[in-house]
Amino acid sequence: MKPRHKRFVLVGVGVAGLAISAGLVLSAFQKNLVFFYTPTQVAANEAPVGKSFRIGGLVEKGSVKREADGVSVQFVVTDTAKRIPVTYRGILPDLFREGKGVVTQGKLGPDGLFRAEEVLAKHDENYMPPEAQHALDQATAKTAAQSVVASPKGQ
Amino acid sequence: MSKSDTFSWFHFSSPQTFYPLAGTLQPWFAALAFLLCAVGLYIGFFVAPTDAQQGESYRIIFIHVPAAWMSMFLYLVMGFWSGIGLVLNTRLSSMMATALAPTGALFTFIALWTGALWGKPTWGTWWVWDARLTSELILLFLYIGFMALQAAIDDQRRADKAGAVLALVGVINIPIIYFSVQWWSTLHQGASVNMKSAPTMATTMLVGMLIMALGFWMYGIAATLARVRCVILERERHTDWVAAEIGRQT
Repeated sequence: MKPRHKRFVLVGVGVAGLAISAGLVLSAFQKNLVFFYTPTQVAANEAPVGKSFRIGGLVEKGSVKREADGVSVQFVVTDTAKRIPVTYRGILPDLFREGKGVVTQGKLGPDGLFRAEEVLAKHDENYMPPEAQHALDQATAKTAAQSVVASPKGQ
Repeated sequence: MSKSDTFSWFHFSSPQTFYPLAGTLQPWFAALAFLLCAVGLYIGFFVAPTDAQQGESYRIIFIHVPAAWMSMFLYLVMGFWSGIGLVLNTRLSSMMATALAPTGALFTFIALWTGALWGKPTWGTWWVWDARLTSELILLFLYIGFMALQAAIDDQRRADKAGAVLALVGVINIPIIYFSVQWWSTLHQGASVNMKSAPTMATTMLVGMLIMALGFWMYGIAATLARVRCVILERERHTDWVAAEIGRQT
């Protein structure tokens, strides 16, 4: 074996070894690298107790209630399976909307109310002009209406 | 026909022959970069429609995503040349890796900085320690670490070897950055453009972003060629041809 080939094998084995060890470390970290917990995970007691953590999900439609003082707000975070009521005092990000993604950090009270210290909006990776969004919304509404009409027949 | 007349890519693996070739190619890539970035920015700011969700603030995507792509791609190229340099002991490969690092670091910094500027109005924060943002920050440290390590060792061959090992180790970070939004729950959204499905972007937005990415790519090549010429002159300064070259230019 020429020295060049020897070095090639050495480098190859080195990189492969590193890749394997990195893969093992990452799989070990899998749980700790979670940025937020879903309401279902919180309901299954997977979230830390008594400590501050983040929950992520969608802001339930029609759940946002603003208090009279103007800075306090209440809403419900849902993953469409479980729901967590959240109370927050502070400025909400511009993209905070009902039906859209949200990540919020705070503590879960014994009463099941999540007291948020920070609210972040999580937007999706879809970019489209308002007209396209409007057309899409209409199409979804139409299919939803059709399924409502169709379901009684199916019964 | 003598042997030296047959064309071979290895002909350009010598710094002496690559130096003039890089000098000839560099202005063309620079001009392409300027042209593509001008067209890309025009599409980004004047042609592409406003986003339904984010309004105008999404337009930073035309800088942010191409810079982030190039930050990862240039690292892979740097890792490639480092590996070649380590195995074949070719001087030019190590010089290429050295020349690539500052441009890669620049793109990483731009991606992080524009990401912060974008995060504040949309997410509501400049920075979070989620997997995507943290791994991209590690990439910046890898670039800076590579440059620092090479600069810290006086013996050029040892500096190249140490830098190459660091660069190759760091390559592991690239798939971590790329797949972080799939593997873990992150605040950063998933990829709009990927190999598996159709892009989830309006066509004009996508075209603007791809042209910007191409422009950044050409800039990366132009900047690297310009820098590798400086590295060649510096490292080969004791040779006759560099002395002749400098004598010719002054």
